[in-house]
Amino acid sequence: MKFRAIVSKSVKRFSDKNCGKNKEREHSAQSISAKNALERLPKSVKRFSDKRRGENKGLEQERDSKIAHFALADRRFRTFVYQLLFGVLLVILLIAAALTTYHNLQAQGITSGFGFLWRSTGWNVGVALLPVSALDPYWYVILLGFLNTLFAGLVSLLLATMIGTVIGLARISDNIPARIVASLYVEIFRNTPLILQLFFWYALSGLLPAQTQSFEWAGLFYLNNRGLFLPGFNVSNLTLFLCSMSLLVAMIIVTWVLLTRWLRYWQVAHKRLCCLAVFLVGVLAAILFLLQGHGADTALIDWPVRRGLNFTGGYRIQPEVMILIFAISLYGGAYIAEIVRGGFQAVGRGQIEAAHALSLTPWQNFALIRLPLALRSMLPMLSNQYIWLIKATTLGTVVGFTDIFLVVATGITQSGQTLEFIAILMGSFLVINLTFARIMAACNRAIALKGYGDKK
Amino acid sequence: MRKAASSLPPAPYFLSYRQLRRGFFNSWGSALSTFLCLGLLIWLAWILLRWAWLEATFSTSATFEVCRAGGGACWSVIANRWRIILFGLYPHESHWRSALACLSIIVTVILICLPVFWRVNRLIITSVTGFAIFYILMKGGVFGLPLIREGQWGGLSLTLLIFSVVSLIGMPFAIMLALLRNSSLPLVAKVTGGLIDTVRALPMLTLLFTFAIVMPFVLPDMLVGERLYRVIFGLALYFAVYQAEIIRGGMQGVAKGQDEAARALGLPYRLRMGLVILPQAFRIALPATINQFVVSFMETSLVTLVGFFDLLASGNAAYRTGEWRFAFVEVYVFMAAIYFIFVFGLSRYGAYIERKSR
Repeated sequence: MKFRAIVSKSVKRFSDKNCGKNKEREHSAQSISAKNALERLPKSVKRFSDKRRGENKGLEQERDSKIAHFALADRRFRTFVYQLLFGVLLVILLIAAALTTYHNLQAQGITSGFGFLWRSTGWNVGVALLPVSALDPYWYVILLGFLNTLFAGLVSLLLATMIGTVIGLARISDNIPARIVASLYVEIFRNTPLILQLFFWYALSGLLPAQTQSFEWAGLFYLNNRGLFLPGFNVSNLTLFLCSMSLLVAMIIVTWVLLTRWLRYWQVAHKRLCCLAVFLVGVLAAILFLLQGHGADTALIDWPVRRGLNFTGGYRIQPEVMILIFAISLYGGAYIAEIVRGGFQAVGRGQIEAAHALSLTPWQNFALIRLPLALRSMLPMLSNQYIWLIKATTLGTVVGFTDIFLVVATGITQSGQTLEFIAILMGSFLVINLTFARIMAACNRAIALKGYGDKK
Repeated sequence: MRKAASSLPPAPYFLSYRQLRRGFFNSWGSALSTFLCLGLLIWLAWILLRWAWLEATFSTSATFEVCRAGGGACWSVIANRWRIILFGLYPHESHWRSALACLSIIVTVILICLPVFWRVNRLIITSVTGFAIFYILMKGGVFGLPLIREGQWGGLSLTLLIFSVVSLIGMPFAIMLALLRNSSLPLVAKVTGGLIDTVRALPMLTLLFTFAIVMPFVLPDMLVGERLYRVIFGLALYFAVYQAEIIRGGMQGVAKGQDEAARALGLPYRLRMGLVILPQAFRIALPATINQFVVSFMETSLVTLVGFFDLLASGNAAYRTGEWRFAFVEVYVFMAAIYFIFVFGLSRYGAYIERKSR
């Protein structure tokens, strides 16, 4: 009731005002009368009908010119003026900020510009995918940080997806103990801040044993306070890169063939054959690269071997990287589990019952009915979560992981080029996240329901 | 999504034999999973019980050796350092003020959660009053309370301060951004949209860093202000861009006829939004909004990294100084429990609201 009273009061007040809008500036408020309202009504009705039929253009223009001296009353003109004001204000603000910045930089004696990118850094990077020394220029170190961010983001994204899928499926399974374990996991990891968990794992990693007493699993993996030691390939980084690229390209082509609408008239069997062929070619290429890449006198696989106090051979994953990826995957996994659960619960009960009625096996029911439908409703939320995950790698600064954020932070304290570094930092995250959002949007378009609301 | 979720069977409280069999031994795989999971649960519960209670040391005067001999948790560190964790660097004799201030924020949040208070006026009055009490208690300088500067604030009260200011500034800011993005003026809508999308693509830490370090370069001296408030403003901006998208989503959910009816009544923009569109949009977006509050409460802990003494940082300081370096697990468990109570409470409340609004 109260609401209605407010509405009617304000409506009354407003309609009084609105009727005399054109005359407002000439007359004082008292002269607003019912007469004005009556005068105005046919006009506005007329204008409406003019627009609808697209006729009587001349009449409209004539009237426009008549009321030109009440310029602000014209809707289009008003819109234009407001936008002009907004634009001018924006430009003034930007110029003021630029001038202040210039003034402040002058006062502190800082020369701005991107020339520093070609100077050598003079500090060393802890974790890097490519060889690096203190003599390397800034641009190279920034590039390394960028690659580290991408690497940590993608690996933890994969791990989080795996954890999330398992936990999410456990949460909707019939098995009650599995549901309880999964719920405990989700509630514990979702309801405490990631940074707290990261600090905790970092402190806990201090308890890892020294190299001589490292945890060992089947002589393949060793875990100690110097990191995780895995068996690796005895090839150069370039070969490894080519290998993974050929696999990646094959996977992308397979996904594209399966999802694109261009090939929608192909038979399913043909599509599958094509995918299999592409996949085999990718794997073959990867194997060929590996065989070509390693030297003739060395073994292909390099096992971690204890030599004295240290380990040689294989890959060493530094503790920082390990902890960061571990913490982000566990935390992200809890969120993804919720998304997976929501996605599967969103599948209509009728769909599942229809599958039962068609006597599909439980596996067919899962793989052909529930998974594709669940994926469709999960994907928009998943893409948000993935972007969030990649952004979360900046927390690597807690454990000393040299991602782009830590590189930029160190660079600022070392070189003083604050603004340039911040611009680089923001630019790289914009590039990563906007690209990623684009890719996920394309995937979403490919599997979304076709029909209403489609652009094509 | 809604229908399916509600059509699933609710968690069983009393199990019949058939339900029991379905829930525990539906198939061989299920039986295996039952044994594995039950084993895991019992093992974890036993370890936790032994660590946290049976073999734990509770005495306030215990030392490293005593705790090690016990073998379990060393809760003595909490008994000795809880004041640092909760109140940070705040002067010892004024800790009651900090505690009362925290209480006022908590009470305010609980009041706001009650549907009775879901009127614009009541919401504004309650939150502003709660915050004013908090601020006066913390800062002092009036009513005979000695003045305590922001630099000395810390612990849980700083976390709550950041959270409440971020919500208080962020919410109107978010509404403004959402309205600007929905504006009929293309330039305004484009610029706001660009701003929102850009900030959303950036990590929170980047934004905090920018506001803590870069802003003094860009702003004239009189606008620079204290570092704490700059960082809070950065957090509020981050909150606002996310909340703006949530509100915009809610506005898209309001039936088109509502807006048209309001136009037909001749309501001006201000009343159309304030009385017709926004209340309904908020109702639709309520679960997402509560979720956003939860996330932003957890994200306040990031200020640790730009050098503030919030709950997390003072917890770190509590075990890193003096003889308690070995007892970090206990401190982190204590802090996690504090965060958990707030976050879990809020998110349960969100789930309750979501169920109710169906």
